[in-house]
Amino acid sequence: MISFGMTEEQLEYQRMARQFIAQTVTPHATHWDETSHFPREEIRQAWENGLLNLCLPESVGGAEMPLVDTLIISEEIAYGCVGYSTSCMANELALTPLVIGADEDQKQKFLKPFVDEFKMAAFCLSEPGAGSDAASLRTTARRDGDDWVISGQKQWITNATHADFYTVFATVDREAGHRGITLFAVPRNTPGITVAPHENKMGQRCSDTAPISFDEVRVPADHCIGGPGNGWKIAMRTLDFSRPLVAMSAVGVARRALEEAVAYAKERKTFGKPIGQHQAIGFMLADMAAKTQAARLLALEAAWRTDQGLPANKEASYAKAMCADWCMEICTDAVQVFGGYGYTKEYPVEKLMRDAKLIQIYEGTSQIQRVVISRELMR
Amino acid sequence: MKILVPIARTEDYNARIVVNKAGDDIERGGVAMVINPFDEIAVEEALRLLDGGDGEIVVCSIGGDEVATELRRALAMGAHRAIQVNTEVTLSPEVITPLLSAVCEREQPDLVLMGKQSIDGDSGQVPQRLAQRLGWPQATYAYEVKLEGSTVTIGCEADGGTETVAFDLPGVISADLRLNEPRLPKLPDIMKAKKKPYDVLSDAELGGVEEGPVKVVSLAAPPERQAGQMVADVDALIAKLRDEAKVLS
Repeated sequence: MISFGMTEEQLEYQRMARQFIAQTVTPHATHWDETSHFPREEIRQAWENGLLNLCLPESVGGAEMPLVDTLIISEEIAYGCVGYSTSCMANELALTPLVIGADEDQKQKFLKPFVDEFKMAAFCLSEPGAGSDAASLRTTARRDGDDWVISGQKQWITNATHADFYTVFATVDREAGHRGITLFAVPRNTPGITVAPHENKMGQRCSDTAPISFDEVRVPADHCIGGPGNGWKIAMRTLDFSRPLVAMSAVGVARRALEEAVAYAKERKTFGKPIGQHQAIGFMLADMAAKTQAARLLALEAAWRTDQGLPANKEASYAKAMCADWCMEICTDAVQVFGGYGYTKEYPVEKLMRDAKLIQIYEGTSQIQRVVISRELMR
Repeated sequence: MKILVPIARTEDYNARIVVNKAGDDIERGGVAMVINPFDEIAVEEALRLLDGGDGEIVVCSIGGDEVATELRRALAMGAHRAIQVNTEVTLSPEVITPLLSAVCEREQPDLVLMGKQSIDGDSGQVPQRLAQRLGWPQATYAYEVKLEGSTVTIGCEADGGTETVAFDLPGVISADLRLNEPRLPKLPDIMKAKKKPYDVLSDAELGGVEEGPVKVVSLAAPPERQAGQMVADVDALIAKLRDEAKVLS
């Protein structure tokens, strides 16, 4: 049985998110981009309206929203500004490992505060020398009495500066490879944490990306989530949730680029007619529209599989790779439809093109997704 | 305090409305539907009047199962209970008024707050007809509503200005655009809306209704505006007004 229809609730979520973003995000996106301003207040408003931390379980008062529903919302958020949506999604990404791996006491302790008040979180996996090859991470955690002591460098950490809480992956036994990787919940105010200035990025400039160093950061035993050596499994399971989510944010950007391009192609005239009526442009728009819809369906299917408890590793990588790559193509074509005007900051499409590039890189590059897919094929 | 807010399901005011081929209705397929914007303002005002205190806001809509979407939206905004009234009869002020009147008799609200008109038919008659039928006082085109005890004071938009009226409850108030800006429902409230009480009544249970006396014979889109002309100077303007528009002699 295949159903492509949305439920009444899903339509309402979509409508509400669309309206919220149109009021709160879209009008400011250009300014945030130019000034590299972190829209903390507007992210707080998303929290207030129930649009943040959708993965949190009902046991702590969370929405425990199915991933498919979360995706429907994430398309709308990314439509307004994907830098903003990246900041929102980084909260989901940082909290999901605890939803997966924490025991009930730890959930009450670490997750419930995110329901009770507005807080930001960051997922700390990548390192200067461990990006695509995340299992080779070098941050260590050593046991000292009842405590754990964490030392190392993390790189490309979204929300690093603004987070109140970090989920940190460190190894308790470097010899053991990925079997030594362990997950820790680390409050921001723990002594020994230094956040470097945030990166001056090409796109998604309102999101906060910075390196973090952990220097003998001491946390109590109950801050170890899921037990020593189980961090890698938790991280990989987390990516089953986050890849469809990131894929759908690419769909939001693609839809924005498509809508901007179609509107312009109706209005701009050459040779006596709107440029969209010239086949050269009309066919570009047609490809952009078809790719946007194909991308949406791939992302939704991956999320649906995760919701159903079915294996979704390959499908999540299909979605992440194709949504990101198509989004980049669509945004590049949108700039082309706008011609010279598209290359200027007077029109919104050059920002979309810069923003889109990052989606091919973070949360597993498009190449790493193909490694995952091809390994599954060659099993 | 019990407030009844009747809401209409109407086309989105942003939608592109096209007259159908037969010329007797608009093209319905694919047009987004919303709570009539003036009714949405009425829901918001009811929420503000209660301000989280004791009382109940009951929303009511007439039509078929399709009105559930708008009723649930009002529940998500914060209304407590919904009544769906099913009827196959074509909706018009003559049909809506007796049904709402019967709902008022069942529910005995202290106040009926509703939009000044629905943006589809734009009749603007139901609040006045309803008040007349119930024998209740009315205040129309409200831009401000103040409640003190059982007295309500209403600032009303009037031709060439405003006027302030007051009455003791129960009564009927119709909401105008300036009254407030409706809130966006929060996501958890959308989830909770489905669990709120929701009753379905038939028109027969409300005394039955017949087709209204007014028939839509034909619909036509307004003529497209012609592009303006730029004139070089005042002399050219006067010449055009005299020779082409013939408004000067």
